[in-house]
Amino acid sequence: MAMTMTQKILAAHSGKESVSAGELILADLDLVLGNDITSPVAIKEFAKLGRDSVFDRDKVTMVMDHFAPNKDIKAAEQCKMCRDFCMEKEISHFYDVGEMGIEHALLPENGLVTAGNVVIGADSHTCTYGALGAFSTGVGSTDMACGMATGKAWFKVPSAMKIVLTGSLRKYVSGKDVILHIIGEIGVDGALYKSMEFTGEGLSSLTMADRLCMANMAIEAGAKNGIFEVDDITLDYIRTHGGAEPVVYRADENAEYDEVLTVDLSEIEPTVAFPHLPENAKTFAEIGDVRIDQVVIGSCTNGRLEDLIAAAEIMKGRKAAKNVRVIVIPATQQIYLDAMEMGLIRIFIEFGAVVSTPTCGPCLGGYMGILAAGERAVATTNRNFVGRMGHPESEVYLASPATAAASAVTGRITSPWEVMNE
Amino acid sequence: MKYTGNVIKYGDNVDTDVIIPARYLNTSDHKELASHCMEDLDKTFVSRVKQGDIITAGENFGCGSSREHAPIAIKASGVSLVIAKSFARIFYRNAINIGLAIVECPEAAEDISEGDMVEADLDNGIIRNITAGREYKTAPFPEFVQSIIENGGLMQAIENGVI
Repeated sequence: MAMTMTQKILAAHSGKESVSAGELILADLDLVLGNDITSPVAIKEFAKLGRDSVFDRDKVTMVMDHFAPNKDIKAAEQCKMCRDFCMEKEISHFYDVGEMGIEHALLPENGLVTAGNVVIGADSHTCTYGALGAFSTGVGSTDMACGMATGKAWFKVPSAMKIVLTGSLRKYVSGKDVILHIIGEIGVDGALYKSMEFTGEGLSSLTMADRLCMANMAIEAGAKNGIFEVDDITLDYIRTHGGAEPVVYRADENAEYDEVLTVDLSEIEPTVAFPHLPENAKTFAEIGDVRIDQVVIGSCTNGRLEDLIAAAEIMKGRKAAKNVRVIVIPATQQIYLDAMEMGLIRIFIEFGAVVSTPTCGPCLGGYMGILAAGERAVATTNRNFVGRMGHPESEVYLASPATAAASAVTGRITSPWEVMNE
Repeated sequence: MKYTGNVIKYGDNVDTDVIIPARYLNTSDHKELASHCMEDLDKTFVSRVKQGDIITAGENFGCGSSREHAPIAIKASGVSLVIAKSFARIFYRNAINIGLAIVECPEAAEDISEGDMVEADLDNGIIRNITAGREYKTAPFPEFVQSIIENGGLMQAIENGVI
């Protein structure tokens, strides 16, 4: 039976020769992830089973990244609960303030995921690791608890959408523009319950930061997972970051796809998703004069070094527009250090931005950078739902780091092509 | 599994951020979560929802975050069943895992009005709109899913040796 990349990984992890779409399976897990919001619920569920230990202390990880450094007493208590649990169960990969980072940037950076893995995470953007050729998907806290206890999770084997990438990206255009374009085409439920499988000769022009960003937002099209065909760029990344030996699964030539979408990367323009859904994608021919109050550059979608470099190139020697608050958040401590050594932090501060310790805070309206009623933000984050970054009457516009930086320069939503005169 | 209740109706793409905004995610207390349920979409929900009520909605209900706080808030509000045209994937499995009954039935979700009295027999895949006197067919739950919900959730099902 011909299988997709995802189906092959799931078959291998459920002890089956082959699986087909719609089948319910129980799969072995290579990694179970939680954060400071979702883990406390999972820890309470785990306690119901009365087990002394997790299935494998090296295959459970918790990252304190949403409300840490703690924003209030309740958040502190949630982190304490996670910390105590991880100490007691001797969890190997517990990341707290000082060594934590935004989870989906941190785990690949620390080599915790490799090609061919099955990963569940109690965070919807766990689909990010599909960029490494892993099957990785977001689940809830109960699945996390069950995963921690048994090392297994139940899945309905997904059908797939094949996305064939051709051409290569133009200057100041990135993976974020590509994925916003795709979600704009297919809608927020365009890949509901399916795998989005990215392939094609265009892959070679995408950096790992581009791919991680695109896989990250597969969930915004409703997908179960996003996964990239593994190439030398992937293998280099995994080896450089000390990941375990990759196992590469390629889709069979006659694998079945519900739909095939071809995207010519050379035609992609800077793209912005208007409130209140990621599918409201517009290019600059359709974007008028939209004044903004805040710019946020960071998050699990776009807080990587390549993203900060793209923003700094536009901010260098310029000043933020008056009355625009600019927040830059390197996604991990390592990225912060690298950015510092490259002189990017100086560029950001001289531009008029604040530079924060890694946190998911503003992306989900948790803390830092909360919007008042009527305010608008351009953010490199992944969601622009009602109230996502604060007041239910505020607005979030999703964009690439280059577009966010260009918008910070002018105080209105602006194409990087305009600011850089390209 | 039979559920009877009055309907509270919503539209397409009801996301987890409006079901339970992130500003309340510094707790996992069920009652506290329920006290903010639907707050950014419908400020009247908390005051008017009654034990046993049924929510109906359009496409892609529960899209967005993996926060289990969303189905927990709905269940702790007293809602017995959610009927939608379609559900977001993570919300769907979270609801089943915590023992909140949910069912996809586009015809029922379209036809049922706010305030209608509805009876759902999910073992046999029949939803009755008692107010309007109409009936809709839906696929019965797979046995696997039924056993999780009947046991009150995934962890209880594991504990009871069902899975």
